[in-house]
Amino acid sequence: MRRAQRFLERLGFGCAVLVLVSPAVLVFLWMLSLSLKTELDNTAWPPVFVPAPPTLDNYREVFARNDFLLYAWNSVVVSVSATLLALAVGVPAGYGIAKMQAMRAAALILVARITPGLSYLIPLFLLFQWLELTGTLFPIVITHLVITVPIVVWVMISFFEGLPGELEEAALVDGATIWQAFRHVALPLARPGITVATILAFIFSWNNFVFAMVLAGRETRTLPVAVNNMLTFEQISWGPLSAAALLVTLPVLLLTLLAQKQIVAGLTAGGVKGA
Amino acid sequence: MSGGAAALPVPATAAAKRRRRNYARHYAWFIVPAAAVVVAVILFPWAFTLYVSAFDWRLGGERRWVGLANYAALFSDARFGWAMLRTLLYTVLAVVFPLLFGLAAALAFHRRFPLRGLARAVFILPMMATPVAVALVWTMMFHPQLGVLNWLLTTAGLPPSMWVYSASTVIPTLVLVEVWHWTPLVMLLLLGGLAALPVDPYEAAKIDGATPWQAFRHVTLPLLMPFIVVALIIRTIDALKAFDTIYVITQGGPGSASETINIFLYLQAFAFYNMGYASAVVVVFFAIIMALAALLLWTRQRVRLT
Repeated sequence: MRRAQRFLERLGFGCAVLVLVSPAVLVFLWMLSLSLKTELDNTAWPPVFVPAPPTLDNYREVFARNDFLLYAWNSVVVSVSATLLALAVGVPAGYGIAKMQAMRAAALILVARITPGLSYLIPLFLLFQWLELTGTLFPIVITHLVITVPIVVWVMISFFEGLPGELEEAALVDGATIWQAFRHVALPLARPGITVATILAFIFSWNNFVFAMVLAGRETRTLPVAVNNMLTFEQISWGPLSAAALLVTLPVLLLTLLAQKQIVAGLTAGGVKGA
Repeated sequence: MSGGAAALPVPATAAAKRRRRNYARHYAWFIVPAAAVVVAVILFPWAFTLYVSAFDWRLGGERRWVGLANYAALFSDARFGWAMLRTLLYTVLAVVFPLLFGLAAALAFHRRFPLRGLARAVFILPMMATPVAVALVWTMMFHPQLGVLNWLLTTAGLPPSMWVYSASTVIPTLVLVEVWHWTPLVMLLLLGGLAALPVDPYEAAKIDGATPWQAFRHVTLPLLMPFIVVALIIRTIDALKAFDTIYVITQGGPGSASETINIFLYLQAFAFYNMGYASAVVVVFFAIIMALAALLLWTRQRVRLT
């Protein structure tokens, strides 16, 4: 009797977990299903759920036109550059702020986190036009720093604050400069924090849409912009559209599944999120 | 966001204090490069936006100093007023539901069960996914004739909906996407809170013979309140900032039924090229967000004290 009750309780809990994860699972599965079906199946009523047989034609079509590879390359260049630049300036800054307990500087970073990305675009757009830099990837990389720098600094502050200071103090007593103490003692210890910061900065830069949408020319679109443009011109061509959308978000989904521990740790540290 | 400057150092000797202050000055050099970037891409835009907002500034056209006229025009612009109301409605809905669902999910994930790590990773996939990609799939699901959601409704014996294609349902429908998208973040923040709760009160409650509901209502909920307020702050700000999914799915339509402040701002700046007027929108929007953030932080302080 008691065991039956425990079993029922577990069953109920299992069902509850299933209900919790099903919205996420179903949407992504539907995306996959749309991308593997012919146009005929995609517009069928009632909907066809399991592609029979699945076709890769949609993916072929995506790669065949639309300069998809060029846009993918743009996205890689932008996200990697914006992440590396943010690490170069953000990791030392996180260290400095943690050491100085400069909470006002930290608050400024927070304000950058809460203002909409769109609000930076007017002045930067005018500036880049005046400098005649529109049409290159440079403005896109620079604007992505609005997202990546606050993420890196914020994650690194909380990480360096959690490190014990004794080792660096020992190094300082032994005559190391503070730069050496940072470079050879604190930095190696901070590697897990840097991993978290890198992953989050990369993902939120990769996902960003609004900066590239305003600043990119024909040749400098990033993937989210390119995929959005597919919608406006091919309203009902669902197969290729889903294939492209899935390709854009697949790297991020895989990264999330592989590095979920780091991502959860980083996000819980302060609700970091891109602009 | 929580943690922070909580740990106070033990009182030090005067010499040690002086040494620390000396070091502090050197550490400033670590911040200089990042500070330069922040000035260039964050502070300069704010200052320049304020400056532009005092002009009648059309892209490629004339530029004329108008003082506060843009603000005066903004406050008598009915379209802006409607955009504010829509943003308010959207924000309230997009805060309440993720908080409720996020709390339930956090309580579930706080328990141990097989495959918990995998389930949690899958659960947070929506918030990590590329918003544009997600928005496109939802657009296809909302299609009134061919969309899978209307098939689900009719199969369940319910009348089909027009989703984002009707002015009366477009805001709740967009909120549905936002809830799907951002409930995981609330879950993570509250899960972190649950992990930090002390165990003793639960044991006391158990000894006193409290039911699970009573333990939740009188122990968990009050202890979790500071984290709930943090989640509330973050969610409110993110809901106010929402742009990508709304823009991709409806671009503010049908008509202007889903034109929130962000969409209004985007259209003024990059469709009509009214740079001065759009800058005034940014300034007002910024003031609203800052006021709200200050109010919420003040609430958080009070919650912490009680």
